[in-house]
Amino acid sequence: MNKIIRYGLQAFNYLLFIVVVWYFSINPPYHQLENDQAVIILSFTHATKIREACRKLSQEELMKLAPNMRLPTSCPRERSPLNIELYLDKKLLAKEVLQPLGFHKDQGVSIFKSIKVKAGEHVLRVWMNDDVNVDGSTYHYKEKINLKAEQLLLLDFDAGKKGFFVK
Amino acid sequence: MSFINPLKYAYLAIEAWFNVAFGSEWNPLYNMGRLTFFFFWVVLISGLYLFIFFDTSLSGAYASVEAITYEQKYFGGVMRSLHRYASDAVIITIILHMFREFALGRYNGFRWFSWITGVPTLWFVITLGITGYWLVWDELGLYVAKMSSELIDALPLIPGSMSRNFVGDQVSDRFFTLMAFLHFLGQPLFLVAALWLHVKRLSFVKVSAPQGLAIGSFIALLALSLAEPAVSHQAADAARVPAVLNLDWFYLNVYPLMDYFSAGHTWVITLSITFLLMILPWLPPKKAEPAAEVHLDHCNGCEQCADDCPYDAITVQARTDGAKFEHEVVVNPALCASCGICVGSCPSSNPFRQKNDSLVTGIDMPQRPINEIRDQMDAAIAKLKGDNKVIILGCEHALNFSSLEADNIQVVSLFCIGMMPATLVEYALVHGAEGVFITGCRTGDCFYRYGNVWMDERFDGERQPILRRRAERSRIKVFRAAITDKRRLHKELAEFQNHLKSLKQDQLSVKKEGSHE
Repeated sequence: MNKIIRYGLQAFNYLLFIVVVWYFSINPPYHQLENDQAVIILSFTHATKIREACRKLSQEELMKLAPNMRLPTSCPRERSPLNIELYLDKKLLAKEVLQPLGFHKDQGVSIFKSIKVKAGEHVLRVWMNDDVNVDGSTYHYKEKINLKAEQLLLLDFDAGKKGFFVK
Repeated sequence: MSFINPLKYAYLAIEAWFNVAFGSEWNPLYNMGRLTFFFFWVVLISGLYLFIFFDTSLSGAYASVEAITYEQKYFGGVMRSLHRYASDAVIITIILHMFREFALGRYNGFRWFSWITGVPTLWFVITLGITGYWLVWDELGLYVAKMSSELIDALPLIPGSMSRNFVGDQVSDRFFTLMAFLHFLGQPLFLVAALWLHVKRLSFVKVSAPQGLAIGSFIALLALSLAEPAVSHQAADAARVPAVLNLDWFYLNVYPLMDYFSAGHTWVITLSITFLLMILPWLPPKKAEPAAEVHLDHCNGCEQCADDCPYDAITVQARTDGAKFEHEVVVNPALCASCGICVGSCPSSNPFRQKNDSLVTGIDMPQRPINEIRDQMDAAIAKLKGDNKVIILGCEHALNFSSLEADNIQVVSLFCIGMMPATLVEYALVHGAEGVFITGCRTGDCFYRYGNVWMDERFDGERQPILRRRAERSRIKVFRAAITDKRRLHKELAEFQNHLKSLKQDQLSVKKEGSHE
């Protein structure tokens, strides 16, 4: 075959190749949000309350234990599950019941929830219970927020200091 | 599987088109593995350059990438673009490589090992690309970090949430340095190990692309880098989620799935696809063909079969039978592809030997011994009638040429054209065939990798055992054809018979002239 035609065909194939490489390296654009949406991320780790309080062991219970294990009090390590509900303008966005981590359920609870919402003014409300021995909420949070489009609002929690707070 | 046949047809037709444009030597579809290695080199060299200027800290990464892109005139930007586009090209060549092996049915049987080690290689490359995007630490890098963390969180591996590291101002330099280490050293080392494993069962592995193809591909990537330089998104901002991202779909295609499915389901989907790909060689299981057998009584330990085996299945060891020769060969049945190329390599496969007895060679295929092939050849020659008598010697993995049989055309088929002892051609010509027409897989596309090449070298006297000079070359025709080339094969065969006819007329006229004188 004529060399010029062959090289022409090769050039066409190379062109096709780089068009494919270029196109899929940035196209089609991916819309992860609508233009009027923002994102609320609920994320924190928290050590929930211990399920059972420490108690004194009876003499009978102590005798059943090995001599080197005979501590006068027993303190179960298991922690309470965490119940949490997140509302935006009275609309339930998330409802989770999380079990503590660890084989003995004695570690903290970790939550990470990413929720797309409409931008604009909203009322954010959180209801949380971290103690099985308490009925109702142990923490409650309500805040007026004004979300801009593409804004990421982090809803965090710090039991020791300020409870729930937004960043 | 019957549904593969139309796919094979279509694929071979596309390859034929590329043969027209590139020729068989430069055909990119024959060289997908080698092209992948070439693009890896481009990625490596451009990556080393970028590494010199890249700041591996969280606060400096984005600015350093921007400086490489905009403040180095053309060079930095071009190197960055080459790094990006060559990485994308790698995904294309790997996927086409896999598709080719599937379409042509070259993924099961003895090839299971190459297939099963090849599939995870794709994932290694993709994760390498993901950490690369992460390091730019622009909006896309932050998106990749968040989504990857959500994926990892879905696995019961680490307590707590990794995703939490990427919201607020909690990302640490240390974590970023870990990513840099993974991208620059950890993952590439894994990849090299995976590639080594992938080609471990092959010999004569070619990892450098043909020069013309490499130059053409590089020029194409360079042109793309100059025309559409790779650029970043805006700097990562933990308080912002960009509505639109320009994803690199070659590497980041898994993340959008997480908008429709949970991270757990995304794992299930991707792992299921990977698992299905991995078990493909056994769907359905392929019956293993018997391996080659060594007959030490007829082996002088010349090692030619060990030199020629494309699958490294034959090794040489010290003689064990007390014969006067130094070495003997041993076949590893687990590696043997049952191609029969070793039979063609063995000088003892010469059909002129043991003429009045059963022909036994040094290494043979038990399912079709060389003696049976010689018997077939004798029977085929005996059947030939009329003018322009032709024996066709062909490979079973090319097209089905048994339909070409006629009174003056007989067929002897082989597992691979490399299985044919060169002397078998001479044998056919000596015993009554006027011509020998040899066909097999297309040039550059031998089903067993090197059958075509070894045959050519034996015919050209460059590889033992050679086709002797007394085998008249004008009576031998080699035409390689795939299943899509049937029409061309008919045409070439007819032309060859016409050529034989004219040869005969020439000889007759020479004789007449001789008798007149």
